[in-house]
Amino acid sequence: MQGVSSPAASTGSDLDGATDPHLGGKAWEGFFYMLELDKVSKVSNGEAHITDVSLRLDSGTLNVLLGPTLSGKTSLMRIMAGLDRPTRGRVLSDGQDVTGLAVQKRNVAMVYQQFINYPAMTVYENIASPLRISGADKATIEREVDRAAELLRLGPYLQRTPLNLSGGQQQRTALARAIVKKAGLVLLDEPLANLDYKLREELRAELPKIFSESGAIFVYATTEPSEALLLGGNTATLSEGRITQVGSTVEVFRNPVDMVTAQTFSDPPMNLLPMEKRQGKFVKQGVRDIPVPAALSHLADGPCTLGFRPHNLSLTAEAGTTPLSAEVRVTEITGSESYIHLIHEGRRWVMLVKGIHDIEAGTMLEMHLDTRYLLVFDRDGRTVRAQPAGA
Amino acid sequence: MARIDLDHIRHAYMANPSSDADYALREVHHSWDDGGAYALLGPSGCGKTTLLNIISGLLTPSEGKILFDGKDVTGLQPEERNIAQVFQFPVVYDTMSVADNLAFPLRNRGMAEADVQARVAEVLEMIDLVDIANRKARGLTADLKQKISLGRGLVRADVNAILFDEPLTVIDPHMKWQLRSQLKLLHRRFGHTMVYVTHDQTEALTFADKVVVMYGGEIVQIGTPQELFERPSHTFVGYFIGSPGMNVLPVALDGARAQLGEQSIVLPGAASRTDGKRTELGIRPEYIRLGASGMPVSVRAIEDIGRHKIVRAMIEGHELAIVLDEDSSVPADPHVTFDPTGINIYADDWRVKLGG
Repeated sequence: MQGVSSPAASTGSDLDGATDPHLGGKAWEGFFYMLELDKVSKVSNGEAHITDVSLRLDSGTLNVLLGPTLSGKTSLMRIMAGLDRPTRGRVLSDGQDVTGLAVQKRNVAMVYQQFINYPAMTVYENIASPLRISGADKATIEREVDRAAELLRLGPYLQRTPLNLSGGQQQRTALARAIVKKAGLVLLDEPLANLDYKLREELRAELPKIFSESGAIFVYATTEPSEALLLGGNTATLSEGRITQVGSTVEVFRNPVDMVTAQTFSDPPMNLLPMEKRQGKFVKQGVRDIPVPAALSHLADGPCTLGFRPHNLSLTAEAGTTPLSAEVRVTEITGSESYIHLIHEGRRWVMLVKGIHDIEAGTMLEMHLDTRYLLVFDRDGRTVRAQPAGA
Repeated sequence: MARIDLDHIRHAYMANPSSDADYALREVHHSWDDGGAYALLGPSGCGKTTLLNIISGLLTPSEGKILFDGKDVTGLQPEERNIAQVFQFPVVYDTMSVADNLAFPLRNRGMAEADVQARVAEVLEMIDLVDIANRKARGLTADLKQKISLGRGLVRADVNAILFDEPLTVIDPHMKWQLRSQLKLLHRRFGHTMVYVTHDQTEALTFADKVVVMYGGEIVQIGTPQELFERPSHTFVGYFIGSPGMNVLPVALDGARAQLGEQSIVLPGAASRTDGKRTELGIRPEYIRLGASGMPVSVRAIEDIGRHKIVRAMIEGHELAIVLDEDSSVPADPHVTFDPTGINIYADDWRVKLGG
């Protein structure tokens, strides 16, 4: 990944950059080329918040931290920002150790779930504040504020104060301020969680474009798998303070390395079915045998768990499907699709089918599993890797 | 449980409202069935919370009346209306056990202790909190505390209605699936009248029998999830429900044909007269077929979002979103056809009927 900022800025704070005559209009571009966490751990009050995290983030990339509440997303971001010091491990910026460097010395912008603005200032002044601090001239301030306001559709509200705005408008003000700052590292901690659904959908589509222009490293924490998929980029899944997998978002979604990652990255939840592999079949008392897909034939016999997503179950048999049955708990209809909640041997499953299917609770339902997308986890919860045909 | 009548209700937060724009809630005149599950859905500022507060009694409307089972309750305080409420953030007593939190509304009304115990045991079972029944609420996660709040909302069997104000906001996605389906199950079993405010379409559609879509202080449509999806009565409903929302394209109408730039689209029927009005064709991304024949489109981007793909295309200079299956791909020279069952026609944003 190419860095976009001038090397001259790489050692300065944004204030230095702003006054450097050689940097001209690009004075505020970030100084991060690459941020690296090297075996970082964080323990506070005897409790491990982050355990042994190594991660490399390149300039101009969008990186999603995906995990449930308390999985360590915010702790990790605070370490990246320099708000907290890791208990062990190092933080490197472009190869340079910045572990102890205070947040003020780093070119970082952070946006939180709770909107944080200066209540006494107008929206215009809120957005302009990082530029004023960095000593930008009047024309630059006007140009940059107008541009950010246009991107985030804040034009009509520039002269209001934040408390006279809706939640969505307040958060867009905070985002606009992060944009004009042109920080090298932009940390967004569930920034859309308190916003309207539709506004979220729109901002989600716009945010990567807005920030990719700047060449910054863009880190986005969320609890929602659908949000990660809509954002694209790279995803690191977190569970109990550890990173379970890093890769391109779609790759992690399609090929999770283990059951924990698969569950973290499934909404609706992944359906699980413990079985035993015996030669060419998965077998279990009371469940019809499921043929082992050819790509998984190298798996040793013994207990394992099958995982499949709700849309891989259907009401009709097709080529490559295998029959299953489960009891219907309740059906939810979204207008074009139906979520059928099921109980299979005491486990909750969800099935997602096209069309309106209101099936009475208690019904024993016959369904068909598309085995092409079947995940198989070994007894340690690791995904059994598919072997390419002919291997 | 009660039927709720909203009788010509209007509300303005300012003293002397003069125009429609001064009203946070314009005219609302509806009757909601006893035992129905209703969701109020809309963006922030649409009036849904104002309407909920009028139903709960936190707010007295500027005009109109509200009736529970025919009885005028407009002037009554929330505590006089016999309702249960669940809010966005958990409201629990930290020093009490989970079970005592649930028992609180019952003991407060002087229910016999044996009955309290029986009812609390039942609710604990329903919401899966049996295991921690005797733990103090302090120190529990936000998820669990909100579960207690939900349980407390459900604990009294004799309320007129249960009102939910964005109750799943603080809940993790996986728990949302559990709680949502639990609520639906409880509604089916006990038949409470439920009113549920949310800006999340999935929550609204999956929870409610009838979704009340609000926009700009007005109810723009009340319908089943299927009706809102297939026949949005206003372009806003088309946009707000569905992800991505409905494509809305400007067209000129000529009987049973719609002209979109160079393209002529056959409609399922002739539109009724739309003299002088702005006319548009609405088609959801799910009803567009991508193939080698039909109307030419140029593809700008393909977003792989897991179980399906969203294709961002241009047709006759307008943006068009198309939903493709996980396994489908975009042909080399892409064309589209519109499934006639998914076509709706709008005049000045309101749906017009198509004749046979």
